[in-house]
Amino acid sequence: MKQEVPEFGVKKGLAEMLKGGVIMDVVNADQAKIAEDAGAVAVMALERVPADIRADGGIARMSDPELVLQIMEAVSIPVMAKCRIGHFVEAQILESLGVDFIDESEVLTPADEAFHIYKHPFKVPFVCGCRNLGEALRRIAEGAAMMRTKGEPGTGDVVEAVRHARSVYGQIRHLQSLPDAEVMTFAKDNQAPYELCLQVRELGKLPVVNFAAGGIATPADAALMMQLGVDGIFVGSGIFKSGDPSKRAEAIVKATTHYNEPAILAEISRNLGEAMVGRSAVQLPEDEKMATRGW
Amino acid sequence: MKVGVLALQGDFREHRISLEKLGADVTEVRLPGHLDGLSGLILPGGESTAIGKLMVDYDLVEPIRNFAKDNAIWGTCAGAILLAKDVGSSQPLLALMDITIQRNAFGRQIDSFTVGLPVPFLEPSQPDYQLTFIRGPIITEVYGSAKPLMNLPDDRIIASQQGRLLATSFHPELTEDLRFHRYFLELAQSSHAN
Repeated sequence: MKQEVPEFGVKKGLAEMLKGGVIMDVVNADQAKIAEDAGAVAVMALERVPADIRADGGIARMSDPELVLQIMEAVSIPVMAKCRIGHFVEAQILESLGVDFIDESEVLTPADEAFHIYKHPFKVPFVCGCRNLGEALRRIAEGAAMMRTKGEPGTGDVVEAVRHARSVYGQIRHLQSLPDAEVMTFAKDNQAPYELCLQVRELGKLPVVNFAAGGIATPADAALMMQLGVDGIFVGSGIFKSGDPSKRAEAIVKATTHYNEPAILAEISRNLGEAMVGRSAVQLPEDEKMATRGW
Repeated sequence: MKVGVLALQGDFREHRISLEKLGADVTEVRLPGHLDGLSGLILPGGESTAIGKLMVDYDLVEPIRNFAKDNAIWGTCAGAILLAKDVGSSQPLLALMDITIQRNAFGRQIDSFTVGLPVPFLEPSQPDYQLTFIRGPIITEVYGSAKPLMNLPDDRIIASQQGRLLATSFHPELTEDLRFHRYFLELAQSSHAN
């Protein structure tokens, strides 16, 4: 049988299958089962959710492979895991474990302040964070098969996710309005690869799937991001830092499907218990912001 | 002709685009009432556990089973899993086809692949169809009125048909090749004619 090395289309393809779904942060096999039973399309295996990483301080690294393997054993849905920005050896280790997606994530402490991982040679697909179109296209040029808005992780405050999604989609609309003669200057001003700018102008969207992440805590938050145009939702601390994780997880899954139906959103938002406490993303001191990690 | 794509989760937009290129009038199905007036339904790729749970939560299981009596249904990957009577676990299923499926049969994402295979039952039958398998299932057993439709060179079954029900382990919607969607529309047309 002619079996090719999975090329970019196969990497991008898994992200296509996750669309319209919710990817949930989990810290152990029990939480992974709760997420799967609630309708998650994938889980992100990590040792601490972003809210705890913020609270604990110190250096946040790739999770213990034993934990990742236990979570892979526990569920039938895809399992993602995070490596530090630029830490290509953590990525090699995660790939060797057989994880389905690697998140090169600003939630962990960056390992390299100049270079992100060169992602093309890996068989496993990568998802990366972005705050604007230029950042998204730089990551895609490096080989990212999926994007997510960075938002401000671990805050429960959706304002940064909204800012980043509006920025990406606004810039795409602007790019579509430009004549041929002005695309190069757009590429220069946004520090974006020219060929990818042409491709986005042609498609009217990013060439890979784009989810929202960073601060989503309620069904209404998820539906807001979907109506702004993202393809799906990451929820980090918002589920297992809430009063009733299972119920909230189910509600966010339903809201991501029925994001355009206010009456259904009203129904699923009822009696969910306490949302995560949260803190204002805008008032965070500069050195506590995660979204500004990476470039 | 009006056909639907189950739009609870997954790559339903890609199916919609392929069908619209062939001139079909496409409805996104999220609630039982959306099935009215359709003559075919595609169950897209995605996560079968998530789609199955949402089908139960929004009371779609029985309406789709009834819909199958007179109309065409095609499941790709996760959709094929939902059509099977047995997948070796207790997740919600439509259980419409006499097939047994093994999920993630090729392994994890790093084992996903593409392969070109002949498609003598499609029009035109040349060239080979480029098949994309993403954490794909295989059909381990075909019995009753279901028939195998396509095999890998090692004989493992990757597509099956039972009357107007069609299950494929792979994703024609991720290619520009519209022959499978045309085949499905012909099945839907035949149900419409009856």
